[in-house]
Amino acid sequence: MESLKTRYNVDNLLTYSLVIVAYIIMRILIANGKISFALQGQLVPITVYIVMAVSLNLTVGVLGELSLGHAGFMSVGAFSGAITSTLLELSATSTPPAWLRLALAMIIGGIVAGIFGFLIGIPVLRLEGDYLAIVTLAFGEIIKNVINVIYIGYDANGIRISTESANALNLGEGGKVILSGPMGAIGITKISTFTAGFILILITLFIVLNLINSRAGRAIKAVKDDKIAAESVGISTWKYRMMAFVTSATLAGAAGALYALNYSTVVARKFDFNTSILVLVFVVLGRMGNIRGSIIAATVLTVLPELLRAFNEVRMLVYAVILIIVMLVRNNTTLQHLYQRIVTKLKYDRPPAEEGDEA
Amino acid sequence: MAFLSYLISGISLGSIYAIIALGYTMVYGIAKMLNFAHGDVIMVGGYMSFMATTNFGWPPLLSVLFAMGVCTVLGILIEQLAYKPLRSAPSLAVLITAIGVSYFLQNAALLIWSPNPKSFTSIVPFNSIRLFDGKLIISGTTVVTIVACIIIIVSLNTIVNKTKVGKAMRAVSEDKDVAQLMGISVNKTISITFAIGSALAAVAGVLLCSAYPILMPTTGAMPGIKAFTAAVFGGIGSIPGAFLGGILLGVIEILGKAYISTHLSDAIVFAVLIIILLVKPTGLLGKKVLVKV
Repeated sequence: MESLKTRYNVDNLLTYSLVIVAYIIMRILIANGKISFALQGQLVPITVYIVMAVSLNLTVGVLGELSLGHAGFMSVGAFSGAITSTLLELSATSTPPAWLRLALAMIIGGIVAGIFGFLIGIPVLRLEGDYLAIVTLAFGEIIKNVINVIYIGYDANGIRISTESANALNLGEGGKVILSGPMGAIGITKISTFTAGFILILITLFIVLNLINSRAGRAIKAVKDDKIAAESVGISTWKYRMMAFVTSATLAGAAGALYALNYSTVVARKFDFNTSILVLVFVVLGRMGNIRGSIIAATVLTVLPELLRAFNEVRMLVYAVILIIVMLVRNNTTLQHLYQRIVTKLKYDRPPAEEGDEA
Repeated sequence: MAFLSYLISGISLGSIYAIIALGYTMVYGIAKMLNFAHGDVIMVGGYMSFMATTNFGWPPLLSVLFAMGVCTVLGILIEQLAYKPLRSAPSLAVLITAIGVSYFLQNAALLIWSPNPKSFTSIVPFNSIRLFDGKLIISGTTVVTIVACIIIIVSLNTIVNKTKVGKAMRAVSEDKDVAQLMGISVNKTISITFAIGSALAAVAGVLLCSAYPILMPTTGAMPGIKAFTAAVFGGIGSIPGAFLGGILLGVIEILGKAYISTHLSDAIVFAVLIIILLVKPTGLLGKKVLVKV
């Protein structure tokens, strides 16, 4: 038991240091002007997608339920975060500093997404397998559609909400439209920073890694391996499934807020089925249940289209081909046996060490 | 009268969903995988028929057969190259590969046919039918779509339940290993399933573009998702279920659009799906699987 605990700690430490070292290297490179402008624009999205991938991994990899609507929670967080930030700017007599607004936006975005996660979790977690997956997809689409018909404005009399049009808000003198249906949240002040994203990743890792290695996390894994067996030894499957689901939604909401505040406008269409799938690709490519893998896959795949710019028109085609080839190679039994043999050979050539858990 | 007219266009749209859903449900039932590239095969079918009529000047029926032929070959090719090597891999790995194939098809279409939408001329040469002194107008495309759907469902049901190939399909769907022991070629059966599903996708593509005449590389994506929903709605793996789910989804979508809200029609469709699944967790006609401990 002791050695297992140490192994967890060493493994987690490796994950944290990977993120910290990567951040420091990026900072140094930026200070020396070694990073292209296009790549600098990708920094905040990369951190957002890392948080999205790690949080989805909690549902898909650790809990073992396929979610196809993760972008829905990102969307809820993005819009509640953007509205929070804009309202703080408009209403407060002295506008709070940008970092505080960003932090508040991410907290509110996370909380609202968490509440949605709980409400959606009640019906979703009654189902299983593909049926659960399709309902998460359905909720993602519903959230997108509903946001498209909401209009929110702010004037001297306070907040106004309408489901008709921006004109129906009847804003007074100096009033401002914050959320304008299909046009999305408009007039956002861009306050997201790479450092904020870095801090959010660390918080996410802290929450997820501690959850996985806690009593609750072991219960979640037990539910994943065998629901009936877990239930028969007195584990409340509903409680632990919900715990994983809500945590995942909350983190996605915070990431959504960070994402929204990186742009001046953000539309609900951005957070559609394709975005959910994109994040799922990160999780599966980084190997399910492997948090470090999610981080690396999210980073590489977000930068990849940028690096493929040399291919210009065919770059998304190349991206698709790379994706297919990676999946085929990774799951090829012949190659897997070859890899196993090399690993075994290396192990026997060295003096006997503690056996690893790499499968 | 307006209601009847909405109902008919709902059934027509539902017929298209049903034809697409059949492809999803058959592949799922036999290969136990979600073929996410199915929606993009629809799009390829649409473009093939478009090229056949516009560029080569072929008659409509020939263009449909051409589209079916190309899509059948494409379906078998995709299965052989991308899915067959993953037969023993976890289902999520296959799902991601299918997404890769979907990206590939969309982007290839983008390069070949450019992102500009093409306006598709309906392949149906008949005039609209006027009933009740012209109060109710049913377009030729609507009639052909509904008739095509019924023919497809009946013949597919016959193939699956009455022929030797169908028996092999049912056996593979029940238990792959035992089917193999009984001398059934599992790989061949799966290939045939993909071929049938892709040919149906081509038909659906042509009918979809005839009813909604805008053809783009992303044309197949949303109908693909909806049809997948329809398949789950009816109980995935069940052929009558796919038919029922498709028709219901189409009717709900059109009626929701007409009477409740144009913007929220998709939300209504998905909300009904959620409610149905809560009452019947394995879809309308899905089999309830009991787990033995």
